[in-house]
Amino acid sequence: MSLLEGVRIIELASERISFAGKLLADLGADLILIEPPEGDPSRGYPPYLDDQPGANRSLYFWHYNTSKRGVTLALDREPDRFKQLMRTADILIESEPIQRLASLKLDFHDLQAIKPDLIHVAVTPYGRNEQLSDYPATDLTLMAAGGPPWSCGYDDHSLPPSRGWGNQAYHTASHFAVMSILTALLHRGTTGEGQFIDVSITAALNVTTEAASYSWLVAGSTVQRQTGRHATPGSSGETQMQCADGKWVNTGVPPRVPREFGKLLNWLAKLELVDQLPEAVFLEMGAAWEGPFDLSLIGTDDTVTAIFGSGREALRLIAANTSAYEFFTGCQSNGLAVGIINSPEEAFEDPHFKARGFHATVEHEDFDMTVTYPGAPYNLPKAPWRISRRAPHLGEHNDEVFHSLES
Amino acid sequence: MTEALAGFRICDFTGQLAGAGATKWLAAFGAEVIRIEDPVRQGRWDILRGGEPFADDRRGIDLGGAFNNHNTGKLGITLNVKTEKGKEILAELVKCSDAVTENFAKGVLDRWGFGYEQLKALKPDIIYVSNCGFGHEGPYSDFKTWGPIVQAVSGLTFSSGQPDLPPAGWGFSYMDHTGGYYMAMAILAALLHKQRTGEGQWIDMACTEPAVALNGPAILDWTVNGRPMRREGQPNSNRSQFIAMAPHGIYPCSGEDQWIAIACRNDDDWSAIAATIEQPWVEQFALLEQRINDQDNLDEQVAAWTAKHDKFELQQLLRDARVPVSVVQTPEERIDLDPTTNNFGLWPSVTHTAIGNVRVDGYPVHMSKTDWSIKNGGPCLGEHTEDVLTRILGMSTEQVQTLRDEQVI
Repeated sequence: MSLLEGVRIIELASERISFAGKLLADLGADLILIEPPEGDPSRGYPPYLDDQPGANRSLYFWHYNTSKRGVTLALDREPDRFKQLMRTADILIESEPIQRLASLKLDFHDLQAIKPDLIHVAVTPYGRNEQLSDYPATDLTLMAAGGPPWSCGYDDHSLPPSRGWGNQAYHTASHFAVMSILTALLHRGTTGEGQFIDVSITAALNVTTEAASYSWLVAGSTVQRQTGRHATPGSSGETQMQCADGKWVNTGVPPRVPREFGKLLNWLAKLELVDQLPEAVFLEMGAAWEGPFDLSLIGTDDTVTAIFGSGREALRLIAANTSAYEFFTGCQSNGLAVGIINSPEEAFEDPHFKARGFHATVEHEDFDMTVTYPGAPYNLPKAPWRISRRAPHLGEHNDEVFHSLES
Repeated sequence: MTEALAGFRICDFTGQLAGAGATKWLAAFGAEVIRIEDPVRQGRWDILRGGEPFADDRRGIDLGGAFNNHNTGKLGITLNVKTEKGKEILAELVKCSDAVTENFAKGVLDRWGFGYEQLKALKPDIIYVSNCGFGHEGPYSDFKTWGPIVQAVSGLTFSSGQPDLPPAGWGFSYMDHTGGYYMAMAILAALLHKQRTGEGQWIDMACTEPAVALNGPAILDWTVNGRPMRREGQPNSNRSQFIAMAPHGIYPCSGEDQWIAIACRNDDDWSAIAATIEQPWVEQFALLEQRINDQDNLDEQVAAWTAKHDKFELQQLLRDARVPVSVVQTPEERIDLDPTTNNFGLWPSVTHTAIGNVRVDGYPVHMSKTDWSIKNGGPCLGEHTEDVLTRILGMSTEQVQTLRDEQVI
């Protein structure tokens, strides 16, 4: 049995919430995506199958709408049909303009009258009580308002802050929508009560900024962005290095205990690079050090400073002589928490994720092909995650869904 | 207000943000989260416990601002699980808990004798959720991670930055936050499954997996079309990733390090922007094709124009013109000066026993029947040991004193 078997979710199509719908549909919910008769705009978003635009060829739409059935319905012209459908639903997810459902007499209180235990989730830029929610916004502008770009970018502040790709504003709001829905389902399971849930996208981003928020809240200090590492109120040392194959790695926390200096020295020896490291003697001192280092002495005590400097130089020398993948696996095998900076496709093809069964295959019988998708974000052994079907064509399930309402 | 998760008890070993962030949500909705810490090391496994930021000049293991932020509403006990008596007490706690949660490296609970099989023997319907970077199974399961490493390996660091420069990545642990969200989902999902079927289970969460999935459309572009993101001119992440939009970027404003984000979705948006700019050069960019084909030049022109304006004035102008726009808000601007976050009640004040009153991150949701509530700060080390041992396990205060004398707690 899947986790959400028997739970019917109605999603009013919007790019802002399609990921929340996917996360729930892949857990087995019976998710019915309602689109206007002309289709959701995201059906037209690139990239396309074989780069050819056309009906049902958007890979963007494919990704965000797995495991959903699709119907077309004009809320303003067919309110009764919508109500009929809502009578059978457990959850409504929507991102409509804040007054729209009320103006159609289809808001929470109207729907609750026909489905008393309904869980209704509205995801909007600033919440249901802010007029600003109805102003145009995109992932980029929501991210800027919510805080993440302030912390991301380069040491050189003449370069702009960086907004990471991937629709992370929509994702972050969707994560909170899903956490809220699961919480509300537990409450409904105990009491039989439904409820209305108001999710703000910019508020979700505001509390997803780590030190940027709590440094201000607690100490009134403002973090400053730095290349590829945490923004901090002061400045910190670089953590990215470029390897022999041109790819970058994040060196994480450099060696700081004697055992790590020892392992690093051994690895250098294996690579026959000890002779090329003028600081090797300090690495040896680090390996032979008795007891833990007093890290507060870095920068003041010459020996301790030289030992820690030698750790960094050793890593730099190894990076210059190995591929990023060798650097990553070599460091990790020697106990250093280091990461290769993969591109998304390199990450996806990494043997670790393949071995864990992260690749999910989905039949696209309409194009006579099987497509590999990213798999479960977490898996429940007793209620397995599964992509149960490809994204729906426009109105693909009108007949079966609407027919079932009449019978 | 009713508490959605009242009656659920979590035996919680999580820490840092990736784990503590998950159980913070549960506590905010009324679950009894019992955070267990090691008295020998004074809970220092969680490096945030006594770390920055600090509210005043005091320093100490109970005064870390980040720790407080991530652990509001939880109970905190100390327990040396390496001692026999400590193990006995932990076993009793497991027996009366719904879930055991942790984000240690692989194998820690096994070494203590509390791996999933042993937990299940103590309580057949126990839920066990582990969250570590690469999970407990697979070739890298012995590898160590923290947020930035998860982001690097998963593709998220790569997908933030400008061409021909090093990756800009994320200037914070996006995947500690988000890993915590997924861990919360995993715990809630398992609780729901138990509510519906009576069954427990172990969820072996690998934080890197949801992270990889956060670049979904790009991955399908790879698996279907064979197009990698690692290619000439990519990434250029302030530009629109898929949909053709231009100008689309973060542009400088007057003053030092002041920025504004503008997204021009179509020719109508451009007409509105052009009417605001009021300069002859806008004519050559009337059509989307012109703006896309000459985007570097367009961006330079737009930046030269924005640089002459105050960011909030420009935001108002473009907002009135119904163009997607936002100032890149500083922490002060979005926390203290933005009415929307305060109207939402996003920054509740808590009372922390040692720190005093301090503001923390709230939650970006409001639930009409069972809203969250964050009132108490994170626990001081061992603050609730006596409460938990007497109230939940039925010990006497004398027994608790003996355990204290024997350094079990």
